[in-house]
Amino acid sequence: MSMQTQLLLIVLAPLVGAMLAGLLGSRLGKRLTHRLTIVGVLISFLLSLRIFWGFLYGNATPVDITVYYWASFSELSIQIGFMIDSLSALMMVVVTFVSLMVHIYSIGYMHDDNGYQRFFSYLSLFTFSMLMLVMANNFLQLFFGWEAVGLVSYLLIGFWYQKESAIFANMKAFLVNRVGDFGFILGIAAIFLLFGTFDYAPIFKTMGQAEEIMKISERSAENALGLMSLDGSFVAWGDISWPIITFICICLFIGAMGKSAQVPLHVWLPDSMEGPTPISALIHAATMVTAGVFMVARMSPLFEFSETALTLVTIIGAITALFMGLVAIVQSDIKRIIAYSTLSQLGYMVVALGVSAYSAAIFHLFTHAFFKALLFLGAGSVIVALHHEQNIHKMGGLYKRLPFTYWTTLIGTLALIGTPFFAGFYSKDAIIMATEQAQGPAASFAYFAVMAGVVITALYSFRMLLVVFHGKTKLDQQQFSQLTESPRVITWPLIALAVPSLMIGWLMTGTMLDGDYFGKSLMVLTGHDTMQAFREEFTGAMSFAVHGFMTPVFGLMLTGVMTAVIFVWLKPGWGATAGKMLSPVNRLLERKYYFDEVYQKVFAKGSHSLGDVLWQYGDKAVIDDGIINSGAQTLGRIGQVLRKLQSGYLYHYALVMVLGLVGLLLWILLRG
Amino acid sequence: MLEQLPILSFLIWIPVIGGLVIMFGPGDRLLSISQRVGILLGIITLLLSCWLAWAFATNTADMQFVEASRWIPSLNIRYELAIDGISLPLIVLTSLIGLLVLISATASIKKRQSQYFAAVLMMTGLMNGVFAAQDAILFYVFWEAMLIPMFLLIGIWGGPNRIYATVKFFLFTFFGSIFMLVALIYMGREADSFAISDLQKLPLSLTEQKWIFLAFLLAFAVKIPMFPVHTWLPDAHVEAPTGGSVILAAIMLKMGGYGFLRFSLPVTPDAVAEYAYWLILFSLIAIVYIGLVALAQKDMKKLIAYSSIAHMGFVTLGTFIIVYLTAMQAQSMALQGAMVQMISHGLVSGALFFSIGVLYDRMHSRDIADYGGVVNSMPVFASLLMLFILANAGLPGTSGFVGEFFVIIASFQADWRIAMVAGLTLILAAAYSLWVYKRVIFGKTANEAVARLDDVTKRERLVLFTLAILIIALGVYPQPLIEIMQPSLEKIIESATLSKIGGIG
Repeated sequence: MSMQTQLLLIVLAPLVGAMLAGLLGSRLGKRLTHRLTIVGVLISFLLSLRIFWGFLYGNATPVDITVYYWASFSELSIQIGFMIDSLSALMMVVVTFVSLMVHIYSIGYMHDDNGYQRFFSYLSLFTFSMLMLVMANNFLQLFFGWEAVGLVSYLLIGFWYQKESAIFANMKAFLVNRVGDFGFILGIAAIFLLFGTFDYAPIFKTMGQAEEIMKISERSAENALGLMSLDGSFVAWGDISWPIITFICICLFIGAMGKSAQVPLHVWLPDSMEGPTPISALIHAATMVTAGVFMVARMSPLFEFSETALTLVTIIGAITALFMGLVAIVQSDIKRIIAYSTLSQLGYMVVALGVSAYSAAIFHLFTHAFFKALLFLGAGSVIVALHHEQNIHKMGGLYKRLPFTYWTTLIGTLALIGTPFFAGFYSKDAIIMATEQAQGPAASFAYFAVMAGVVITALYSFRMLLVVFHGKTKLDQQQFSQLTESPRVITWPLIALAVPSLMIGWLMTGTMLDGDYFGKSLMVLTGHDTMQAFREEFTGAMSFAVHGFMTPVFGLMLTGVMTAVIFVWLKPGWGATAGKMLSPVNRLLERKYYFDEVYQKVFAKGSHSLGDVLWQYGDKAVIDDGIINSGAQTLGRIGQVLRKLQSGYLYHYALVMVLGLVGLLLWILLRG
Repeated sequence: MLEQLPILSFLIWIPVIGGLVIMFGPGDRLLSISQRVGILLGIITLLLSCWLAWAFATNTADMQFVEASRWIPSLNIRYELAIDGISLPLIVLTSLIGLLVLISATASIKKRQSQYFAAVLMMTGLMNGVFAAQDAILFYVFWEAMLIPMFLLIGIWGGPNRIYATVKFFLFTFFGSIFMLVALIYMGREADSFAISDLQKLPLSLTEQKWIFLAFLLAFAVKIPMFPVHTWLPDAHVEAPTGGSVILAAIMLKMGGYGFLRFSLPVTPDAVAEYAYWLILFSLIAIVYIGLVALAQKDMKKLIAYSSIAHMGFVTLGTFIIVYLTAMQAQSMALQGAMVQMISHGLVSGALFFSIGVLYDRMHSRDIADYGGVVNSMPVFASLLMLFILANAGLPGTSGFVGEFFVIIASFQADWRIAMVAGLTLILAAAYSLWVYKRVIFGKTANEAVARLDDVTKRERLVLFTLAILIIALGVYPQPLIEIMQPSLEKIIESATLSKIGGIG
């Protein structure tokens, strides 16, 4: 099989599955539908794994393949094609593996739902779209995938379309994402202005040459850009001018902020929890929301040349990591806690991007995909067992009745808080160490945010774990005794995700962060190499983890865990007291910093009333009544004269027109 | 064999004469025969236009399928038909939409059906005439003549307030086009010919160009319609029957955009350069102002009508931004964007008005508040409408994306602020499109009437699926369309950037 065939098969297998399930689902029946879609995703996964393996252990080289030309005119060719290197290969595996697990899990989770076939169709369609996004070799296709995943997310958040909250949430998600896309498309337009192409390869090549110039002649980044005539400044407004590279990177990052839910475009992600839980795991934790992180890493050859943009990235990431984590502490909906945790973890990844630790960002994306999908699916298992109860304060003591769910969730939690040896430990420690190394104006704030984030993460994670699974149950006796562990189609994917959550850091840190896995697919300028400290310190997964127990980070984590233990277990009354003492803070967190209220009032209501005003006063009062109708009245008087001549006036306008035409023609004729 | 036949004349006169025969023929007494004949004529027209597309040579900007004969020799007015790359897609679109309107009319029109058929057929032929005419007077005759069946369509089969709407429609279009006629006659006398190609070559002073440009502008801006002469459109749509709305939105508006490309840019390049600033400004107002107004609408048809105006803002923006661009590549991209947007809008707005028709036939209401939870009783319809709504919001992978993308990228090359304002459509179009979808389709079944709705019939399915397939095909692979248009657009760019007064163009 040629490379092109393989790649086409990877993207088309899920698409075919989606189309079969969507168009013929009712005829195929439930069982055949899930089998077909699962086979499609399985094919994708196995082929992706093979390619990944090639980059990991073999000597695979990056490929850049054109599938077809979408549009070409006047020496411009816009293509649909694939760029496969170590970065996209890793993303492909993450996407297809989590998707496969979620497909299987959904057999159990969606078992009794009327929209079963539709659900599987959307799942496979999502897989297709996400693969198009990560495999793209040009900006047009990237944007296509970008919007397509947004569409499927919209469809899936509103999957239960009778639920008012769900159909509000999905619209909100789409629109907030569109705000990001607005920036994104301007970024793409600026790239076209600067490079005259949408393809990655020539852009990366040009930026690579700039890097070469820097290295060889030890010039500054600006200087190197100048030599490549890429330093055009960009008049932003009035007198403010920016280097065009900075404009491009900021615009692209606005797109990333929408998709990866960074403050202030984060508001859609918690609401997206209205969708079925498997979706939250796949789309709103493991894959789609990381698209922004992926995109920035993919564009590292551009971001590396803009200190301003990197600083902005760092600040936004740090704010998200810190403040969204805080919100998670006061939530009581199990899915929303995990959603805020996702926001915070995405913030970590974005901080890593901002300090040029792209490999750490992608590695955290990689480990996070496993343990966060695991946590969501675990939560889903609890939700199913409790017949769609999501309030953690109505749970408790579940570990006895749901052992698989408990143990796998425990693994996920330990990975999330960064316990040594678990997957999250390696990736998070790498980010923290890189942030510590970082220079630049935002670095110290970012370092504070990621350190404080460790305490917060441990606190909300253990709070949730303890309230849900331990302590005395809040369920009544009969309900509790009837609780049974979820079926195997649900627990099996949990185990399959628990294994990498436990092992993947241990296995892969050496290759990906210490080694040269990413090679040329990520660019880091010499002065930006914040990962150097990590590489120096890392002598092996084992010793690094052992050393991990003696770091301040571990102390912070323990502080968080202990706080949760004290407040939930030992002194349950303290929580309420603390809540009262800190009531303004508590309130601020419970209202999620009032983002929703402000957006609703200012943007949603504001634009609607503005539209109404423009319509009533602009269109109706000024144009119609002021100009047109007064003209019409004049004509109406002429019309009245005509009406006396003949009856029925509609036809007359037509008639007058024809007569007028004939008259005019006659006039020309006679004059000529 | 077919090469020798006057295909373009067939495309015009087969439906026109067929329409006349049906109108004055047996009428509703032999309704089923009239209907069948009408649809057959529609199919023949569509097949002829498809053959045209197939036989069309894409490597030249020359006029093809030329037919020329004398008409009024004393005035040098000739019967001259021919097409190039920008006429062809519009003719195919016209023929397709005409046929779909006929197909859907067999079920939804309840009175004077055969006359309705006749009016639609005549309109199809006359609009083909507009896009094929190469003599300015012939063009004008078609331009005006096609309004007559449209007036009838709204006036006879329209809603309760149809007289007001027709009068308003008449006033706007009549005042617009009468000045165009004057301009055409003036130029015809100067050039001693009414051939459009001669008018394009006619040397004109800047003052002359300005007056001619403004005369054209009145005609074309009203048709497209541009802000602030757009207010006739929502009223006309609201009162028009489904077929009328579809033709209005899908084709009639394109006559304005076509006029700009065929007349304004080549005939008055210096005036275009002079006034482009204002036209771009009004295009941007259309995109943002109208987008906001659409958000406030309570009537589905008005909402889509306003959204049409906003979308046509991209056509005028793409057309006039070329003045501020220097590279052929960027200019081509802008005009490609404008043209693709026109074709795409023809498909998407057509599909949306058909969809509203589907609902209206069942509920006799266009009021958004009367709906809610339609998906529960009409799942197939809901899925199709979702596609159209997303295409309206410019989702990549649908035709709605291509034109907007090109125009935004191209205008960025001129000034990033223009692109930024135009880019707001990403948010606005999504907002009004998805919000109306949410209120009409999603949610719990709102009332008894919605609960009783039947899903789309076979006939409606045929119409909607045809459009859906084309919308996706054009979004995934626009290249065939782009290829057809490129040589002709390059020619327009060349003449539009070449000054007629010797200065720098």
